[in-house]
Amino acid sequence: MALLLEVEDLKVAFDTPRGTVRAVDGISFAVEAGRTLGLVGESGSGKSVTSLAVMGLHHGATVTGSIRLHGQELTGLGERELGAVRGRRIAMIFQDPLSSLHPFYTVGEQIAEHYRVHFRAGRKAGRAKAIEMLAEVGIPEPARRVDEYPHQFSGGMRQRVMIAMALACEPDLLIADEPTTALDVTVQAQILDLIARIQQDRGLGVVMITHDLGVVARVAHEVLVMYGGRAAEQAPAERLFAAPAHPYTRGLLDSLPRLDDGDDAPLRAIPGSPPSLLAPAPGCSFAPRCARTTAASAEEHARCLAERPPLDRLGPPTAGHLAACHLPLVPEGIV
Amino acid sequence: MAEPLLSVRDLVKTFAGRRGRTGRPGAPVRAVDGVSFDLGAGETLGLVGESGCGKSTTGRMIVRLLDPTSGTVTFDGTEIGGLSQARLRPHRRHLQMVFQDPYSSLNPRQTVARIISEPLLVQGAGAEEARQRAGELMELVGLIPEHLDRYPHEFSGGQAQRIGIARSLATSPKLVIADEPVSALDVSVQAQVVNLMEQLQQELGLAYVFIAHDLSVVKRVCDRVAVMYLGRIVEIGDKAQVYGNPAHPYTRALLSAVPLPDPAAERARERIVLLGDPPSPADPPAGCGFHPRCPKAQQRCRTERPLLEVVGTGGRQAACHFPEVQGVS
Repeated sequence: MALLLEVEDLKVAFDTPRGTVRAVDGISFAVEAGRTLGLVGESGSGKSVTSLAVMGLHHGATVTGSIRLHGQELTGLGERELGAVRGRRIAMIFQDPLSSLHPFYTVGEQIAEHYRVHFRAGRKAGRAKAIEMLAEVGIPEPARRVDEYPHQFSGGMRQRVMIAMALACEPDLLIADEPTTALDVTVQAQILDLIARIQQDRGLGVVMITHDLGVVARVAHEVLVMYGGRAAEQAPAERLFAAPAHPYTRGLLDSLPRLDDGDDAPLRAIPGSPPSLLAPAPGCSFAPRCARTTAASAEEHARCLAERPPLDRLGPPTAGHLAACHLPLVPEGIV
Repeated sequence: MAEPLLSVRDLVKTFAGRRGRTGRPGAPVRAVDGVSFDLGAGETLGLVGESGCGKSTTGRMIVRLLDPTSGTVTFDGTEIGGLSQARLRPHRRHLQMVFQDPYSSLNPRQTVARIISEPLLVQGAGAEEARQRAGELMELVGLIPEHLDRYPHEFSGGQAQRIGIARSLATSPKLVIADEPVSALDVSVQAQVVNLMEQLQQELGLAYVFIAHDLSVVKRVCDRVAVMYLGRIVEIGDKAQVYGNPAHPYTRALLSAVPLPDPAAERARERIVLLGDPPSPADPPAGCGFHPRCPKAQQRCRTERPLLEVVGTGGRQAACHFPEVQGVS
């Protein structure tokens, strides 16, 4: 089976002075080699916490559920065993490359560091690897720039350095947490193209975490929409954008101003704001903002507020479409 | 256009260069390098561009949070670019600003009542009157007036931005400069604030200079749009022209780089991917500032700086030696 990463019923909770925050409350997904999963959600939806949990980077959090890489269970592994996976089999890039790079070391030293640890390589081999990686991510004059420091690179070039660092150990899975959010659109296009090219060359599985539905539409094969720490909807990208079943997904798409649309009618905003994770409502966490809940009969309305909707399959099993909603929108056309 | 509400001419802002290790100041940075435009009452001009293009600096000079190095800002018939802060004060009530980050632009130790009434108190209103007006403004921007005595942290991001908008409207301005007013907000909340700003414009006859890097949002709100690159306007015109049939290669590339939330449309698209990053304004290239990244650059572009000139019909201007003119726009 080509399943690279399988996450099952992942829960991440933090104890805070104001109570337990269930940042991620039971999500499941899988990533195949060569494919991209788009993890979409607004601030506080749990998308970044999910990725950090996969990397085993949570200190002080309670993580339960199962995270398997090539069938190997990662939850419950000790720091040492996890260290052999982290950075080697799974690599991660972050939103802000400047704060993820050490200002006192050259980019070459930083790219080589993980490689040398994981492959027990010497200084010379590490440097050669760093130059090779810089060339692969499209940095001109790699043999000269390998000895420069992060501040000598522009924002887009720094993100390329991060990608070079992430890929130096030839991981199978790349987790990209808002990798282009801090970049200008013209540079964003370059970085997305670069990730796509490297993915093709290496058969890399990618988890792309973003709030930008445009980025998801461009790169993702499968999409997981998160809301309040839970999965609202999961589907292949084509289907999700063509026939969203969860009112939240629909609402997100409707509230976006689009370049390819007329702009006479007011935007259809979602009222209210994202939920607090400190005191989650017993029912559907989107219900207080949901137009379908408001329009529903008293009985259905009460159910949305009281009963947490399970993540149910929609359409034929082959469609791979799941939504957690008592009142899903009927997928048009392709049921 | 009749007498414009705002008329900006040859606006320049130069910042002293950063001191190097020698202690000598570096080369001056021309953040804004000769920007001119007009804005009519009740109109919205979108100011777009990537980071460092000078769009925020332009906005800050208009409200005089920054003093222009040279050039003029004529607001409602008065040249305000060179006025002293004291002389500027009577004009300030008509000229307000909304900032990007609602939390850092609201004083955390002041109640909302105090924050919203501050501009009124500065303009000489009594405390009772100011408080009453603050309540009305809360209602106007869709907040509950009973929450007047709360503090900014008790509000969500979208609500906090509404407070920022309410404050900007306290003195019944004619012009609001909005600097990335929705980019710190979640997508679902962005639309609420965009709708609110449009509704307020209709009700109050406001003019906006809407500064943003998000081209989709700008297309949504503006009547006209100016695209900036390296401190200069490279294209300016009616929204329909600039978005529908861009003349400057940079505008074309910028628009084609915006991902559409539609996988099928994304795949079908022809994309112009620019090479490299925007150059530093501390060391701008000779000739056209865009030439090192321009797919159409010729010898002339490397030496001669193009001026903003009318392209085609409809009054749109572009600063390019080889503008794209497709059909009759």
